[in-house]
Amino acid sequence: MSTIHLGLLEPGKTATILAIKTREGLNQRLQALGFRAGREVKMIRRGWFSGPLHVRIGTTEVMVRRTEAENIYLSYVDKGEST
Amino acid sequence: MKQIAVLGMPNTGKSTFFNRLTGADASIGNWPGITVDLMMAKVKLGSSEAEIVDLPGIYDLRGFSEDEAVVRKFLEHTPLHLVLIILNATQLDRQLSLALQIKRLNLPAVLLLNMADEAPQFGVEIDRDKMSDRLKMPVVPISAKYGKNYDTAYQTISDTLDRQEQAVSAQSLDQCMKCDNQMASEMGSLMQDAIKLPKTFKDNLTTRLDRVLLHPVFGLPIFFGAMFLMFQLVYAIGTPIQDIMGQGADWFQGAVLEPTLAGLPEMLRGLLVDGLYSGLSVVLSFIPVIILFFFAMAIVEDSGYLSRSAFLMDAFMARLGLDGRSFVMSLMGFGCNVPAIMGTRVMRSPGLRLLTMLVIPFSLCSARLNVFIFMTAALFSATVAPIVLFSLYIFSFVAAILTAALFKSKYKNDDPLILELPPYRFPTLKQMLLRSWSELKHFWRWSYKFIIFGVVAIWVLNNFPPGVPPASPETFSGIIGQWLQPILGPIGINPQLAVALIFGFIAKEIVIGGLAVIYGQSDNALMGAIAAQIDWAQAYSFMLFTLLYTPCLSTVAVLKSESKSWKFTAFSIVWSLVLAWGASFVFYQGSKALSF
Repeated sequence: MSTIHLGLLEPGKTATILAIKTREGLNQRLQALGFRAGREVKMIRRGWFSGPLHVRIGTTEVMVRRTEAENIYLSYVDKGEST
Repeated sequence: MKQIAVLGMPNTGKSTFFNRLTGADASIGNWPGITVDLMMAKVKLGSSEAEIVDLPGIYDLRGFSEDEAVVRKFLEHTPLHLVLIILNATQLDRQLSLALQIKRLNLPAVLLLNMADEAPQFGVEIDRDKMSDRLKMPVVPISAKYGKNYDTAYQTISDTLDRQEQAVSAQSLDQCMKCDNQMASEMGSLMQDAIKLPKTFKDNLTTRLDRVLLHPVFGLPIFFGAMFLMFQLVYAIGTPIQDIMGQGADWFQGAVLEPTLAGLPEMLRGLLVDGLYSGLSVVLSFIPVIILFFFAMAIVEDSGYLSRSAFLMDAFMARLGLDGRSFVMSLMGFGCNVPAIMGTRVMRSPGLRLLTMLVIPFSLCSARLNVFIFMTAALFSATVAPIVLFSLYIFSFVAAILTAALFKSKYKNDDPLILELPPYRFPTLKQMLLRSWSELKHFWRWSYKFIIFGVVAIWVLNNFPPGVPPASPETFSGIIGQWLQPILGPIGINPQLAVALIFGFIAKEIVIGGLAVIYGQSDNALMGAIAAQIDWAQAYSFMLFTLLYTPCLSTVAVLKSESKSWKFTAFSIVWSLVLAWGASFVFYQGSKALSF
């Protein structure tokens, strides 16, 4: 198990949100879209040329820019590791 | 009269419900201190007459965006008998917070769970009675789009409204909202008891479509293809209708208006026909493209594809301080700037919206294209003309990109760009028609006064003082043209062309007509007269200026009505004039220095 930020999650992989550390406005918007500690987030696809990320949280799909995704910390369990 | 407000998150079908409830008979209301247009309508519900307001879609009552501030202000200052909360049934896991916030404010409310028809597909199950019990408000599942369960909703709303005698306003909103932890636990327990969510998410149509439409290689070509189709749909149909309407207006003027008014003094007749009537026909000429544009926009936006365009174009647009939706609007601006500027309302961040509005007027619209085709035919050979036209398109793009790059820090996009990518849905025909109709009303509401006033003002410039030939050097326009020579001379624009530019301020469609009046010639003879008087460098400089300065009065009218700021509108006009003069100066002096 390791701690990464959302910007590093690979397509198709799922991880659990540990914490969101960002300014208040962004934090609130993320909460309203379902980003809360303890919830699972799945990376669906990553835009080319440092484009945005397409992620799913619950039944909601959103696009996030990479700069903003860097504020979302995840606890990521790689398939190869044992938990 | 009882007061009702409709509240919900974006993409929940809130406006669809509002339209259904009010029978699409809404108009824009006025509230002191509120800077965003709010739609309102009067409706009879049960035994009560009620005024219903459609609040902008928001994520959080405590949020920092413009819309969130507007809703807060509205709830604090407007006593309400009922708040209708609309939430997306499939996304209750996050949207429930809004209902809990309203509960905390002790406002009388009814909760409508929209898209109830989609919930089973997602594997979401809802215990409605338990929810209602915990939230202390009636809960009704509905489908706003298809009207499912609408009767029950209507009955529940009427009953609740009848019971509510007193209007209540939200007290000290800040205080109520400070119990974050308590609300989170309340939401958690409610979720656990009343709502069953699927453990795993099944692939659905949206996932499969996204695999193609957001494909790293095929995504962009498909997007450009879709935009091309939309452009064709709007303008290949809209522009000919515009022409037919224009001919109809001319016919009416010649066959009915002029004979009827023949007895009047010449000045009065001129004011009525060339001022008021032609102003009115300018306003009317925008109707077909506005209807078609928003018909197409309803498809692109409600289907969820517009948000996808933001995803596809973001890598490029983010560098300009814009997003993919700005790109779509600028692209549509190549047909006509007016609906494109109106379309920016879908972007809810003020900075992003204003920057996009600043960029759109540089899109080379079909009216300007007509001027350029005429001028290139008059002054360039058939082999060079297409290259000249192409170069003007290049300048159009460069001006737009330059403007965005220069002003992206002035109009900063403060809202985080975290955009929902909603499931693909196809809007109903009714939704598309309603959208067109309400946008048309929006355009009509104040633009017609402004445009007619502008056309009359320019008619006065071109025809006064009395007794001189129209648009001649003795008129006010002619005098202004002369007077501007120290500024316009260095860019190769003579007094006659300067008067044509004054005409062009109304609409680019009438520049050729204006030149015909100024030179007293038309068609081929006019081309000859112009070609005999100016050289190609002057003509190109004139076209560059025409491309870049203020597109037309109607664009100014919508810039003002969408930005709600004269300061911004003035800034847009001044910037485009500065850029137009600068570009023409560099070109004209450059070509003279190289002595072409």
